[in-house]
Amino acid sequence: MDFNDTPAEATFRQEAREWLEANVPSADDLQGLDEIGRAKLWQKKKYDAGWACIRWPTEYGGRGATAIENVVWGQEEGKFNVPGGVFAIGQGMAAPTLMSWATEEQKREHLPKLASGEHIWCQLFSEPAGGSDLAALRTKAEKDGDEWVINGQKIWTSGAHYSDFGIIVVRTDPEVPKHRGLTYFFLDMKSPGIEVKPIKQISGGANFNEVYFTDVRIPDAQRLGAVGQGWQVSLTTLMNERAAIGGGSGGVGFSRVYRLAQRVTIDDKPAIEDASVRAKLADWYCQETGLRYTGYRSLTALSRGETPGPENSIGKLVGASKLQDMASFAMDLCELSGAVQGEFAEEYGMYPGAYMGAPGGRIAGGSDEIMLNILAERVLGMPQDIRPDKGIPFSQIPTGANN
Amino acid sequence: MNFEFSDEQNQLRDQAQSFLNDNCPPSKVRAILEGDEPYDKQLWQSIAELGWLSTVIPENHGGLGLSYYELVVIAEELGRVLAPIPFSSSVYLASEAILQFGSDAQKQKWLPRFATGEAIGTFAFGEGAGRPSPASLTTSASGDTITGTKYPVPDGDIADVAIVVTSCDSGDGASLYLADLGEVQRDGVSTLDPSRSHARLTFDSTQAELLGSAGNGWGMTNQLLDRAAVLFAWEQVGGSQAALEQAKAYAMERYAFGRPIAGFQAIKHKLANVYVKNTLARSNCYYGAWALDENNAELALAAATARVSATQSFYFASKENIQTHGGMGFTWEFDCQFFYRRAKLLSVNIGSESWWQDRLITAYEQSNQADAA
Repeated sequence: MDFNDTPAEATFRQEAREWLEANVPSADDLQGLDEIGRAKLWQKKKYDAGWACIRWPTEYGGRGATAIENVVWGQEEGKFNVPGGVFAIGQGMAAPTLMSWATEEQKREHLPKLASGEHIWCQLFSEPAGGSDLAALRTKAEKDGDEWVINGQKIWTSGAHYSDFGIIVVRTDPEVPKHRGLTYFFLDMKSPGIEVKPIKQISGGANFNEVYFTDVRIPDAQRLGAVGQGWQVSLTTLMNERAAIGGGSGGVGFSRVYRLAQRVTIDDKPAIEDASVRAKLADWYCQETGLRYTGYRSLTALSRGETPGPENSIGKLVGASKLQDMASFAMDLCELSGAVQGEFAEEYGMYPGAYMGAPGGRIAGGSDEIMLNILAERVLGMPQDIRPDKGIPFSQIPTGANN
Repeated sequence: MNFEFSDEQNQLRDQAQSFLNDNCPPSKVRAILEGDEPYDKQLWQSIAELGWLSTVIPENHGGLGLSYYELVVIAEELGRVLAPIPFSSSVYLASEAILQFGSDAQKQKWLPRFATGEAIGTFAFGEGAGRPSPASLTTSASGDTITGTKYPVPDGDIADVAIVVTSCDSGDGASLYLADLGEVQRDGVSTLDPSRSHARLTFDSTQAELLGSAGNGWGMTNQLLDRAAVLFAWEQVGGSQAALEQAKAYAMERYAFGRPIAGFQAIKHKLANVYVKNTLARSNCYYGAWALDENNAELALAAATARVSATQSFYFASKENIQTHGGMGFTWEFDCQFFYRRAKLLSVNIGSESWWQDRLITAYEQSNQADAA
């Protein structure tokens, strides 16, 4: 075992690092731009130099790089504080779906604009009646000549308010079992009849939206896959979703909380000297390194040209709860002032925000319970649950008062 | 990036697994647990012939001179089958102590005998309840004799030689002695895991030979514990994995309410959580194996990390395995108890979870990572 790059990886890393050092935008470059403007500026710069979406084929705006080169690039870019984020859904989820299911013409039209940052895409999947049970969605599409007419409502759509395009799955046949009556499209978010309403979150932010569709028209040419094949197409998107979301720490990691425990006191001594504080921090350290080294094992598989195993699917599951628990614990360390936010320097005042944001991480991209089902079924090979809705036409499936 | 075992090491794993499936089925563990024999002598003989006892002992001392990666592969497989033999005492503790701290004469005398299994070694550290410290040691040395009582000493009833931690008036407050156990009074100590034997050793002006220098014993003990922690952690991960497999196999076969209980989310989520803990522990053990083989500055932190997460994962896997089996899991007849017993024994044998949590943070504080953070 060793942690060194192969010679080819080392050469690539050096090339990436040199380009980044010379090209990462300065604070002056970003002056006066909002979040989207900053992200677009950096994305365009990468695109023009051949460093955008490097895993994609060159004809679609990528670099034709290998999976391990993509990881190396991510590590190197991650060392800089560069703008990003708004392209994650388009590049990470919509693009792989287009690559698998769109026509060659559509790919040449849309993928380079995703790579260059010219277009931002969103994902219109979840509905008030279909979250974990995505295939229970109700937004309907009816054929009218060469177009489809969409009516219904989507929810939890991140970035719908600034997106140019969206990927959407809708019900085209309610009289067949639910997974067979779905069809998948992409659409222009400026289409008439779309109304976007922001949802205020418990964290105070409003990153996602409700999206209402009233007689919205989508050309049949923008259908991905056959009519009724929408579930299979959706799986392509969902498989990429967890990879795109990953297990972010929200800035509350071991080293930050360790430093906090050095600064605050228990019985007039630094809290870090307290045995119970040390025990908790040790557990989180083990989780953090456990995830990191699990990642190294996946990288090894990639480096050898193999497909990584399912181990990495634990990242979001473990990371999201860890963030929540660490934020809560950090506030405890601040004792009577633990709940105060905004009045302290960042190292004390950030925890309430992290605490309020954490529940979202345990839901987005598959709830904890869905992730556990996936591990039990796909990794351990345990049977699926019995489904009372199996084989029944969608229109006859019972529903409850809350959906 | 190469964070995987080599093809040869994986081949060794396959061979070890197949050998142990044939030669150490649960009935062998049960025979030792229920019977009077302290360990499975036939299995001990067989693994000695396979060279497992001599894996990391250099060739000039009669060993195979392989790396620690080979040794952790074997440790995991022995942990998986809960092997009722003194492997850990003789290999992770006694051989390691002599390899790391012994004089040439001590190495020449003991390593070839450990390598063949002709001699069994152990580490006599504990003196009853409570966390040991140099000040807590009552076993003392005078000239080349030692006096005091050590218990519980794993395999103390069958070992030929013990590395004994004694107090010392100078240096770090402790010394290590090598004591031949031939004339020492040994009384059996019963533990919750009778598939591994333990004894109380009473030294009474017993002839013993200094290992390393006097007054360096506490430092050496901690180095030894770090090395052993990585090896024990691999045993623990092997046990965790086997407990998970046992629980899953039962859940797939056991029907309730007209279907396998493996289909119920309460069981699926339970076992998925076991899988998550096992995976994190295994990955931490990989890093521990790397630090052990490199013998680098990361070892103390890597060992504590592997130890804490492997202890937690084995405990969790072994207790949830019983719960998955329901009432049958609580019967003497079923084998679930073996994992539950061994998990607890291994979680205290070289120090508790909370001790290792504390060691982890201390190691972090002394590492470069704390400066960089």
